Amino acid sequence: MIDWWQNLVAPFPPLLLTVAYMLVFILVLFACVAYATLAERRVLGFMQVRLGPNRVGPQGLGQPIADALKLMFKEMILPNDADRFLFRTAPLLSMAPALAAWAVIPFSEHLNFADINAGLLYILAMTSLGVYGVIVAGWASNSKYALLGSLRSAAQIVSYEIAMGFALVGVLMASGSLNLGDIVMAQQGSILNWYWLPLLPLFLTYLIAGIAETNRAPFDVVEGESEIVAGFHVEYSGMGFAMFFLAEYANIILISALTALLFLGGWLSPLEGILPAHTFHLPVIGVLLGSGAHWFIAKTSFFIFCFLWFRATFPRYRYDQIMRLGWKVLLPITLIWIVVEGVLLYLQIPPWFD
Amino acid sequence: MLKRIRNLVRSFTLSELLRGMSLTGRRFGSKKLTVRYPEEKTPQSPRFRGLHALRRYPSGEERCIGCKLCEAVCPALAITIDTEEREDGSRRTTRYDIDLFKCVYCGFCEEACPVDAIVETRVFEYSFFERGQQVMTKDMLLEVGAKHEDQIASDREASIFD
Repeated sequence: MIDWWQNLVAPFPPLLLTVAYMLVFILVLFACVAYATLAERRVLGFMQVRLGPNRVGPQGLGQPIADALKLMFKEMILPNDADRFLFRTAPLLSMAPALAAWAVIPFSEHLNFADINAGLLYILAMTSLGVYGVIVAGWASNSKYALLGSLRSAAQIVSYEIAMGFALVGVLMASGSLNLGDIVMAQQGSILNWYWLPLLPLFLTYLIAGIAETNRAPFDVVEGESEIVAGFHVEYSGMGFAMFFLAEYANIILISALTALLFLGGWLSPLEGILPAHTFHLPVIGVLLGSGAHWFIAKTSFFIFCFLWFRATFPRYRYDQIMRLGWKVLLPITLIWIVVEGVLLYLQIPPWFD
Repeated sequence: MLKRIRNLVRSFTLSELLRGMSLTGRRFGSKKLTVRYPEEKTPQSPRFRGLHALRRYPSGEERCIGCKLCEAVCPALAITIDTEEREDGSRRTTRYDIDLFKCVYCGFCEEACPVDAIVETRVFEYSFFERGQQVMTKDMLLEVGAKHEDQIASDREASIFD
């Protein structure tokens, strides 16, 4: 099938093809983001023993489209004395990094946009850039609530970036590579070889820091509707608001994909090492059971579901508790585990570090 | 000391978080309480207090004798009654208006009525599109009563105090 495709696209210049692939991918990602909003509302509803939106189309599947249409036709109100340029740029600033980070995400062994060696660093840089959108939005709105929200966001993201960075250092040490494809390949073997087990504390830290990084419940003091209305995006309406919304969900999907890649073996099949090797060469079932992009998507979806699950379960942290958790709990855990991991690596403990 | 260690273990195994998640996880699959309104409706009591109606006897004679007890008991002053003597010498209403914007659906009029003439039916899905439509006149009330008489009669039967 791949040969057939390559023959078809051969006459086109590679740059054009890459751009076309990217456009298609961004459209698909937008669709995923739109349906993530529906998934959130339905999952939250189900966990609260109600149904959630189910009126527009079968099972509410038309809801995201209806929402998007509504937001598109709404006026984008510009507050008095707001910085006109920055106010309009901020939504883009928060949206773009969430999309840009996807450039280095490998879907399977050969399916990625850019196979760069410093992929992990690039990811770290891009996810950190997202906070600028929030800060700029808060400042440009010329509103107290928005400014408070963005200050909280800045403090929170800086605090959790460190724990997140250290969790990534653990992955880096274990795999010996910054290339996301190589990191996944280093986890090959079986479900027990994936990094979630040897790096369990780092895995949990990364997941928690990831939730904090995306400003999701229970770390959503940035929006904190009970205290500061809607935080940094109080003054936004129409498409500006929609962009922040999209960015939030794009970030959720991104963090879920990264967790799947770094700790749960990305596209690797969990059945590897359990089923005998010849089952993976069976005609159709072999492809399904074997490693491939479908496992990556399944793992990512699982983490997206977890994000919604956490939101349905946990009450919001108080602001000082968030700081305490970030600095006094997560940071020491990662530091200790990096030392432990160093010792394990030095002693070449099988089956992970031999 | 022992307590602190226990707390430490508890927070580092995330046991409480997992317990919370198992609760929401169980609810995820449970039967939902939502009533899909136009298709499904919640059950009603025979004493449901909805739109008002004036009843007639099986002979066709209207029950209301114009005693104005309902008008007197109405806490919202929603009922206005005028009476007159009919040719046969009995007292009958010439005007029986209920302002549905004033009415609080307390059911006192129903309780006060000595002849079970004014009742509140199970009808609750009604709306007005113009100002003035909220005043139910005697004719309108009698019409509602005629339309729902079977339901009204069986509801009275079902909710009699012994």
